[in-house]
Amino acid sequence: MRKKISLKKVLLYTALSIAAITFIYPFLWMIGASFAPMQEIGTMTLWPSHPTWGNFKSMVDKIPIWRSLFNSLLVAVFTTSLVIVTGSVVGYALAKMHFKGKQLIFYIIVFTMSLPFQVTLIPNYITMVNLRLVDTFYALIIPFAVSAFAILMFRQAFQGLPQALIDAARMDGCNETGIIFRILWPNIKPTIVTVAILSFIGSWNEVLWPLIVVRNEKLMTMPQLVTLFATGGRADSQLGVKIAAAVVLALPVMIAFLFFQKHFIQSMASTGLKD
Amino acid sequence: MKKRNSKIVQNPPGKVVPLSFGEGVGGEVRKRFQRKKLLPYLLVSPYLLFVIVFVVFPVLFCLFLTFNKWNIIAPMHFIGLNNYSRLFHDRLFWKAIVNTLQFLLLHIPLQLVVSLFLAYLLNQKIKAAAFFRASFFMPVIVSGVVVTILWQQLLGYDSGLINRMIISAGGHKVGWLINPDIAIYSIASMATWKNVGLYVILFLVGLQTVPTQYYEAAKMEGATRWQQFYHITLPMINPTIFMVVILSTIGGFNLFIEPYIMTGGGPLNSTLSAVLYIYKQAFQYYNMGYSATLGFFYAIMIMSVVVLQKKFIEKEI
Repeated sequence: MRKKISLKKVLLYTALSIAAITFIYPFLWMIGASFAPMQEIGTMTLWPSHPTWGNFKSMVDKIPIWRSLFNSLLVAVFTTSLVIVTGSVVGYALAKMHFKGKQLIFYIIVFTMSLPFQVTLIPNYITMVNLRLVDTFYALIIPFAVSAFAILMFRQAFQGLPQALIDAARMDGCNETGIIFRILWPNIKPTIVTVAILSFIGSWNEVLWPLIVVRNEKLMTMPQLVTLFATGGRADSQLGVKIAAAVVLALPVMIAFLFFQKHFIQSMASTGLKD
Repeated sequence: MKKRNSKIVQNPPGKVVPLSFGEGVGGEVRKRFQRKKLLPYLLVSPYLLFVIVFVVFPVLFCLFLTFNKWNIIAPMHFIGLNNYSRLFHDRLFWKAIVNTLQFLLLHIPLQLVVSLFLAYLLNQKIKAAAFFRASFFMPVIVSGVVVTILWQQLLGYDSGLINRMIISAGGHKVGWLINPDIAIYSIASMATWKNVGLYVILFLVGLQTVPTQYYEAAKMEGATRWQQFYHITLPMINPTIFMVVILSTIGGFNLFIEPYIMTGGGPLNSTLSAVLYIYKQAFQYYNMGYSATLGFFYAIMIMSVVVLQKKFIEKEI
């Protein structure tokens, strides 16, 4: 009996390990390949026999990668902060206040969430042109500054808090912004973390919109710059350089993921679980 | 009417209305009352402004554009329904739709089976579950750009890792990305590899909601593992299955960056996705009116498919 169980365990762990290797090995290979000289790329070995910084050096020579790293960070930080602030304020009104048209606004939010972006893509680009925002950071931040998903998340979190908390704060003469940011925020930290992670990752990985509204290389975000580098022939079909660019793009998120793994997984799963 | 009354009562009586000079108490109360009434609208105003600028206006403007020819530079001119008739005769657009559907045809079932299988394994009592979960999840958080550049190397014809493995096993090279018959399926497999970790987590949550008593009862009746899975697990996680179907349908319809980087839509337009075609029409050929028409039509198509799926689900559950 004991034997049978352990055989099952062996099979189970073998299957899981094969799966894990399938997901991790390509990334490890990618990191190894970014240090490999040209002739060594394409072998299955994980670490080159003659590691070199050459790929990274020629990438830095060809594209403003550090600048784009800074741009991506800047855009992601601003977008995330705005999403959290607007999400809290609107979510609070929807959760804790009574006013005419509240239900209507709620339905509009739900509807906009299911509206495919293909409809708004071109008109939004034209709005950016008309507002003279093409080739500015505003074009990368403003269209993402309000998130229907974040509003719904905050609304739900605020609904779970007792009204007494708000009433007591009002008695003490606290105004509404004070209530939201000083009294209620400390009670909904998990929601803030979730919204922050999702909106940061979303902003960091966004590439279609930057491709459309930014043409100035100095303002490009990292995924955009790396995309154009990989497709535009400037990598001179040097695989190593392309892969080095991909590594620089991947590393910040991967490191963050290693540290805040649990938060990442919970947050991402909540996008699916909330309906 | 009733609501308004209750609101007056709700106005915190605890707070003493300050007596200010020059203004009667009544006026102060009224002002406070009015501010209270306006406050919620003030708070939701960022969203309303956003919706008007980035949703309502674009949708109307998109509809308007569909009746016009416009390259942004020259003035627009009205062409009636020409864009629509062009759409229906545009072979390339329909090819892009078919490509996208072919993508979904492999992507959705593969995603379901692999993620359910991995979640099922993870749901056993195992050590290092956190490690396995994290490793499955790694591709989910990394940019699609990275994943695509990486897989471009893995799927390469001459020096791609996968072909090298096949050759060393004594097989023949496969044109993963250069054979028009299979390129879209290669991309579908890659997309599955990227997203499957998320669905593993969703299924894991679903599996954990199945009460263990059910399995115990089934075991007493002598049900095999497979019977337990088929008759207990599957029906219980139906909602998750349908959620995964809907999420991967929407994700698949938005397929863009993978073919954009990997193949540029080729070979022979076999990986041209609908979104990539819409993008090209607008930002390579500057056919804004026509591209808007494609976008509008495509969005309606996506929404109808999702609504149909949801209807189907409601019936099933």
